[in-house]
Amino acid sequence: MSETAAHTTSRTAAGVAPPRVAVALGIVALALLILPLLGLTLRAPWTRAGELVTDPVVRQALQLSIMSSLAALAISVVLGVPLALVFARFDFPGKPFVRALAILPMVMPPVVGGVGLLAAFGRRGLVGRPLEGLTGITIPFTPAAVVISATFVAMPFLIVTVESGLRMVDRRLEDAAATLGADRWTILRRVVLPSLWPSLAAGMALCWARALGEFGATITFAGNMPGRTQTMPLAVYLELERNPEAAYLLSFALLAVSVAVLVALRERFLTAT
Amino acid sequence: MSATVTPATADMAGLDAELALRLGTLDLEVAIRAQPGEVVAILGPNGAGKTSLLRALAGLLPIGRGRVTLDGRVIEDTTAGTWCTPQQRAVGVMFQQQLLFPHLTALENVAFGPRSRGVPRHDARRRARGWLERVGLDGAETARPGALSGGQAQRVALARALASDPALLLLDEPLSALDVDARRSVRQLLRHHLDAFTGPVLLITHEPLEAITLADRLVILEQGRIVQDDRPEVVARRPRSAWAARLVGLNHYHAQVEGYTLTLDSGATLTASAAAHPPGPARVTIHPRAVALHPSQPAGSPRNTWPATIDALDIHDDQVRVHLDGPIPIVAQITAAALADLSLTEGSRVWVAVKATEIDHWPA
Amino acid sequence: MTSGRPAHGRRRPVGPAGDGVTPLRSRVRAWLLPLAVVALTAAGCGAQGDGAASGRVSGELVVFAAASLNDAFDALGDAFGDEYPDVEVVANFAGSQTLASQIAQGAPADVFAAANTTQMDVVAAAGGLSAAPEVFTTNRLEIAVEPGNPLGIDGLADLTDPGVQLVLPAEEVPAGSYARQALEAAGVTVTPSSLERDVRAALAKVELGEADAAVVYASDLVVADGRAEGVPIPPRYNVAAAYPIAVLADAPNPATAAAFVDFVLGDQGREILAAHGFSAP
Repeated sequence: MSETAAHTTSRTAAGVAPPRVAVALGIVALALLILPLLGLTLRAPWTRAGELVTDPVVRQALQLSIMSSLAALAISVVLGVPLALVFARFDFPGKPFVRALAILPMVMPPVVGGVGLLAAFGRRGLVGRPLEGLTGITIPFTPAAVVISATFVAMPFLIVTVESGLRMVDRRLEDAAATLGADRWTILRRVVLPSLWPSLAAGMALCWARALGEFGATITFAGNMPGRTQTMPLAVYLELERNPEAAYLLSFALLAVSVAVLVALRERFLTAT
Repeated sequence: MSATVTPATADMAGLDAELALRLGTLDLEVAIRAQPGEVVAILGPNGAGKTSLLRALAGLLPIGRGRVTLDGRVIEDTTAGTWCTPQQRAVGVMFQQQLLFPHLTALENVAFGPRSRGVPRHDARRRARGWLERVGLDGAETARPGALSGGQAQRVALARALASDPALLLLDEPLSALDVDARRSVRQLLRHHLDAFTGPVLLITHEPLEAITLADRLVILEQGRIVQDDRPEVVARRPRSAWAARLVGLNHYHAQVEGYTLTLDSGATLTASAAAHPPGPARVTIHPRAVALHPSQPAGSPRNTWPATIDALDIHDDQVRVHLDGPIPIVAQITAAALADLSLTEGSRVWVAVKATEIDHWPA
Repeated sequence: MTSGRPAHGRRRPVGPAGDGVTPLRSRVRAWLLPLAVVALTAAGCGAQGDGAASGRVSGELVVFAAASLNDAFDALGDAFGDEYPDVEVVANFAGSQTLASQIAQGAPADVFAAANTTQMDVVAAAGGLSAAPEVFTTNRLEIAVEPGNPLGIDGLADLTDPGVQLVLPAEEVPAGSYARQALEAAGVTVTPSSLERDVRAALAKVELGEADAAVVYASDLVVADGRAEGVPIPPRYNVAAAYPIAVLADAPNPATAAAFVDFVLGDQGREILAAHGFSAP
């Protein structure tokens, strides 16, 4: 038995155990991540859940959140998938720059995004001013603004996931399909999309979860009006000041959705490829 | 070009391709013809341009200049500006890695070609079923490619290529990814179907056995140029390049010949039994079996003898290939029994003897 | 016990008795450094209360003040700092309901200045005050519109016009509660486009041009600096907003806190508040 060799690892039945330092730090990390979730679960006023869930403010917020996040998802798919295709398959001058810009909302603080949306689509905005002048339509303070805010922050997630999925599609399969006589549309439909589906599904789930949780850009650009622009996250924020118990419950509801998304995506998220 | 090329026939049936292209460091320039029903094997070292040639003929790779006709139909002509898409070319391709569509069943894979060309689903499937039967896979219709073995997958790939009724068949190293047993059975299958196929066939391979059993003609491609285009037996006897010689297992040298004397590049000389008129550059080949090994300097008739050291030994069944280092590097083939009798191992010193009559040479 | 060598093969130093140093001691040693770091950091956090220990007016003073007090309290903080150079005033401005909630969650603050007594009562009810609050200033409401009043808004009644994008502070915000009072008094029912989390956020929407009108404090328009214009609300509908101020029970720096409250209530404080559009209490 070599006692001098490998004296910082120990053998367990399952194989070599990880170094103690890694385990200790890992426990701290887990605690940081899990304790808030645990706290929410334990503090949520389960006994009052029934009356809180039927509260009209809560129901309106829930309805608005679901409708707007699904709308944002739909727009993201329709606009984001073609863009991801362009990024994955084509080169053009300035591509790295353009691509970075398209992904920027993902890393930008959402409030900053909200201010940017105002600058573009607000009544004095780049697009908003001519829009109001010509059609009388204003975007802020409307459910449309909620959808735009959510799309702005969530679409990059879809683009990035789909783009990487497209890169993983074997181009040679497309070559094979071409030699067999399939035109470009058939190749897209029968070869590319079926291969792409797992990435697309993952991208959609991420996109939807992000849209559902959007707060900073929404409150800045769309404002806050129950029934019209007050989504669940906004309701939680304001409930926290008025009625902390309800806030815990609403938070838990949103948390449950996030966990569900993670569980559904576990294969894609938690494995290397 | 000094290589023999199948003469063009008047009716231009089959494949007639002359093309040049550049891809990275590859500079490819070839002229190749294949008659209907003829199987042409394309061999060459890595990077020679074999796969690029195939892809160019399939329309998957743009060519710099050239003209390709198939059964009289011009499918590509750079001067006239014509170019047919892969879809329009009616070229069937069998890829090295099969490239079966992973989310479709074997049946759907084979039916893909006909369906893409507009054949109704029901008919396409019926046709596909027929082909699967012909490649011996009628039980595997509903299997996904992931569930098939290498050999089975290649059968499906063949069926898929043939089901779309191509005018030209291109096979890119169809056996190299298979294990020995699968290789044998798929080789037999290919033999059967290639014989039955009415159009021309180009088959890329790096296995001489494959080439010899399947092909009517061998084309040796090296560094983008065709160095030899001959029947297999001609190539086996008179390979035109060092690589080709290695492929068919012959010792190969460049030399200057004058009279009976061959002066190799290294400066060493050999004496041949046939004189060369006139003197000049020549290629020299010696079959490994013609190389005799002696424990000490032999007396008697052999005029080509020299001392050498054994560099390496390759043992296959009862034959041993002995790689020898010396004034003339050479490979000898002896029996395992002989090896044991002479107590030879790596590093042993021996005398090499080659009969003048066994030295083949011809003008380079 | 054998030689004391653990199964994994780590070599332990051998103590004088030759039987191995007690594992406990070396384990304690391993944790000593991180614990020390944590302890020092915690002590450092508590070190803010220097001034408390000595009773001197010095150190850092954390003031939680209603959003409408933003500019006024910045000026008050500076003036207080001029008088007590050892003091650094740090202010947190937000809707009074947000601040009350933060205090309830344990945010470390010395002084709380709210825009209405309701939110101060919330803190008091939780036992968060060290002494009774005092009203230090009053305010009244005004309608904020874009410079030039392009829509020609005259009074509260004009806010019902569907062509007017109106924003109000949310109901829990003191300004929002006051606004609803005024609207009710005027018999006006409005449909706002948004309910903002503090009065300055509502004003900002008008300044940005996103909203046509907002109900804010008169003091807010004094410091709006031309970015927004005020339309007065007649006294019979208007409210007299009373702003209380108090030292918090858990104040880290109570001596300085008390001095600050006295300052705000004193002449200099009153002057500064008046200059910012506030009225005498």
